[in-house]
This record gives sequence, C-alpha cells and structure tokens, in this order.
Amino acid sequence: MKDSMDILVISEQTDDKSPTRLTLELLGLGRRLAAENNGRVGAVVLGEGADIASRELAERGADLVYFLDNPALSRYNPEVWATLLESLLRRNPASLMLAGHTSLGQDLLPRLAFSLGAGLVTDCVEIRWDGSFLFTKPVYGGNAVAGIKVLTPLALATVRARVGEALPPSSPGGELIPIDQDPPQETRLTVKDRHYLEAGECPLEEARVVVSGGRGMGGEEGFEVLRELARLLGGAVGASRPPVDAGWVPSTCQVGITGKVVAPALYVAVAISGSSQHLSGMGDSGKIVAINKDPEAYIFKVSDYGVVGDWREVLPAFLSKLRELASA
Amino acid sequence: MGLHIVVLAKMVPDPEGPPSSFEVRSEEKRVAVRGLPPVINPFDENALEAAIRIKERAGGSITLLSLGRNLSRAVILKAVAAGADASVLVEEDSLDQALLDSRSTAVLLAAALRTLEPFDLVLCGRQASDTNAGVVGLGVAQLLGLPAVTLAQKVEVADGRVMVERVLSDGYEVVECPLPALVTVSGEVGDLRYPSLQAIRAAKELPQRIVRLQDLEISLPIEAWVETVSLAPPRRERSCRMVEADTPAEAGERLAQLLWEDKVV
Repeated sequence: MKDSMDILVISEQTDDKSPTRLTLELLGLGRRLAAENNGRVGAVVLGEGADIASRELAERGADLVYFLDNPALSRYNPEVWATLLESLLRRNPASLMLAGHTSLGQDLLPRLAFSLGAGLVTDCVEIRWDGSFLFTKPVYGGNAVAGIKVLTPLALATVRARVGEALPPSSPGGELIPIDQDPPQETRLTVKDRHYLEAGECPLEEARVVVSGGRGMGGEEGFEVLRELARLLGGAVGASRPPVDAGWVPSTCQVGITGKVVAPALYVAVAISGSSQHLSGMGDSGKIVAINKDPEAYIFKVSDYGVVGDWREVLPAFLSKLRELASA
Repeated sequence: MGLHIVVLAKMVPDPEGPPSSFEVRSEEKRVAVRGLPPVINPFDENALEAAIRIKERAGGSITLLSLGRNLSRAVILKAVAAGADASVLVEEDSLDQALLDSRSTAVLLAAALRTLEPFDLVLCGRQASDTNAGVVGLGVAQLLGLPAVTLAQKVEVADGRVMVERVLSDGYEVVECPLPALVTVSGEVGDLRYPSLQAIRAAKELPQRIVRLQDLEISLPIEAWVETVSLAPPRRERSCRMVEADTPAEAGERLAQLLWEDKVV
C-alpha cells in the first residue's frame, strides 16, 4: 500500500482548461479528510491541455496529480473516462474517490461503482471521518437527511458545491504523474455537438446574490423585475420549478435538488412558497429574504427577513429605496 | 417488428406533498409518509412520456416494469393507460423499495429485464424522488452490458441507434449510441400525458405479469454496498424577522433600509 493514495479527486476543467472551483473545493475537502486519517490526497485530470489544471491542483492541496493530456479527451465521453479511471484505480487503490455532483460526476461514478464493485453515495452535503467515512445527503426531496456508510474497501461520492473549501496556492506543489495509457478509441457512445443555452448575466452557482421567483411571478414579465433587482444587487436570477415548467425561464435557472444548488451570501425568494426540493437547493445561503403574499408560506420559516405582500407592490418600492441608499 | 421499450418505474410517496407529511423516524431510520398517495416517480413518468413519443413515431410496444411491495394497482393502471402495452411487477413483501439499496435494486431489475428480452431500449428517470440517488439506471446498464446515456431532455430512435440530448449545466450535448441501450431521463422531457377514462378502462385488459423473487435468476442475499446509519429531519428553520408596515410598498422600503443597516446589501 506504500504507493497507494487514500483519496482521489476527479478534476473537471473549465473551457480555459483551469480546474473548476468545485474541483478545488473537493481537493480542500480531500486534504482535510486525508489529514484526519493520515492518508494522501491525489487528483486525476483527463483532458486536452490537462497539464495546465494539473499544475494548479498540485499547488492547491494535491500530493499527487495523475494526468492524461490528449486531444481525444477534449470532451467528456463516459466510456473513455470510465475505462481510464477504472484501470487507474486498479493500479493505484484508493479508499475514497470524490467527484462533483455535476452532469459528469452523476454520470461517471455510478459506472465506476458497478465496474469496481464499490459503494457510492451521491449528492453529499457533508463527509466526515470517524474511523470510517460518514456521508451525509438529502433524501425525500430534502425532507430528511441521511447518514450513510460505505461497506466496500473503496468508497465513491459525488459532492455538492461549497461542501469543501478551496485551499490557497502553496509550494512546493505535489508530484505530477503522466498516465501511461492511451484513451480507448472505440466506444459505443458518440458525443456530438454541444449547445449552450443563453445564461443570465452571471452563472447562478458563482453569484454572490441570487434573486429567485416562483409560481406567483405570474409570467415572463414578472422575471423582468427580478432581473432588474439582480442587476442592482450584482447577482443572478433563479427560479423554483413551476416557472421553469411553465416555460417562463430556461431550465438552467432552476434552483433545487434537481436543478442548481446555490449558496450565495444573499438569496431573495420572491413568490416562492418553499417546497422541500427548492429549499434543499438554497438552504445554505448566507441570508435569506422572502417576499410572499401568503403569511403562512413555509418559506418564512426558513428565512432571515420576511415581507408579507404582493411582489408587484413590494418590489418597486424596495428597488427605488435601494437605489436611493446606494447613491447616498 | 417495432421497437420494444421497457420503462422502469419506481413507486414513491408523492414528492409534491407538503413537508409536514414526511415524518422522519430517526430511531427506525425511515421516513413515515402520512396522507400522501403513492405515485410513479416523476422522472420515471418523464421516461414513460419519452417512450410513448418514440412509439408514436417508430411504432412498437412499451412494457412498464416496477419493483417493490404492495404496488398500487391503480397507480400502475393509470401509468399503463397513458400509453404502455403491458406491465410487469416484481413484487414481494421483502422488497421495500424505500429501503432497498441502489445495488440490490439494480441487480433485481437487471434480472427482471433478462426475462423481458428481446428489448431495444430501456428508459428510466434520472433519479428517484425518495432516495435522490440516481444510481440504479446506470447500474442496470452496467450489469446487462448495455451502453447508457444519462440526463436526457430528448430521446429519439432511428436506424438502430438512439440519439439523446443530454442536459448540462449551461446547455446540452448530443450523444448517440447503438441499440439496445439504456437512457435515463430528466424532467425537461415534459410531463406524462394524462390518460382518458376510456384508456384507463381499456388498460385493465392489457397483460400484467407478477414476478416473484424465485422466478428471477439471482443469488440471494444480494450484498449491499452501502448502509444508512442515520436519518434526521433537515435543519433549516431560521428565526425570521418580519417587516411590518401599513402598506406592502412601505414594507418594501423598510426591507431595503433594514438590509442596508444590517450590511446584507
């Protein structure tokens, strides 16, 4: 076990080839868990230009970075990733492998779980070490929180944003190890064109302020007012599920257990009653402000500030007062 | 011969129910659901809708496959009536679908699917609304050696291949693979159509097969890979400062003032 690592983090890279913030957070989480059980933490980077992210990860907490820089890896192909990671893990046994709870992590880790015979916990909001790893995740649409242990020697987990904390750069960095294996050329899956949906002014997950609307916004026009507020606060616009289902906003705006999980410094919930699946996607926000005309709305129970009233009357006054304060 | 599509459908307590109907029993490590009817997991309903659309264009038949105990015949009937042609229920008192782990569920469903061969496409939801795991679909594919695509917002079949629009956080990508294959479906596909009363009546005549564990080629017990060790209610209540004012507009102004003073904005 001398050359084996205890914790391995699967890196995802942005279009400019640097590691995503979530990857850095996972590395910070891995570092903390590794310190508690005297293990090491490694990262694995697959991609075209993987060396760029690898160097950064080596300075941000990874003892070892396995990387494979290959043009065939410019886009995620599930079967290519699964093949490479399965053989990497067989050569270098680990006790825990972490990935983000992203479209990649949700797709890749179940494949690895069944090819390696390893227990997997998805959508973790906390991982602790108490002699073994304890994984915490929401179940029943956020109506309950489960603590789960993995019974196999290798545990796999997908983790939400902001569970771990990214570490500042430090030197000397960890060791960079090229993966000595070519990506498989024959796969059953063919990954074709990629289409970008029009995003808001800034990505939801990165925003310091999120202004979200619910069913009570009544239509697309209602969201114009929220955009104005978001612009004023330097934030992004989100939504609960009903406005997405109604087609008022694109599905990329949905905040909730099956949409985006956000934890901004300020979350403004307008005309949102507060379903469990929505709360589970924003409950960790710094301050929560609720505006709702129903005084019994559940959202007030989970908020720090509440206004009972129709947003059509509350928001214009709120906006103009904010402008007045900001210009004073 | 048209396509044979199998849709995996899990029965769950209605996830749209109010939080008060989900009682967390920590000592029993389970959630007791009060006053909520069972429903088909909404993402599995989306999968069924996707299957019906494929059948409408390409022809073929749809088998609905569900696993659990005390499966509500009314719920199954309504789902079948929306556009399926047959249903198969793997039913046993020992199979509490709320407590089965993903691995056991995948092993059982894979064994049940083997009895339904040949099939061209297996569709299921991206995750169940009770466990929120999203593991079983890919597990079934892996156990059966099927290519699998996840998080579909659109599924089309042509020339022995399946084309999937796969949801990403900032858009979607197109992924293709040969049949037979498994695809997990996301909510973007759209709601399951509502069956007419006439269709519900007609669905009562459609074939339904009950499968017992002993009918499946599996070795028991299936070893679990994970164990739930605790279950707790979410901690999310905060003490809310209600902004009082004579009019909603005035309340809006006060809210701004308050957030400013508290340095929240």
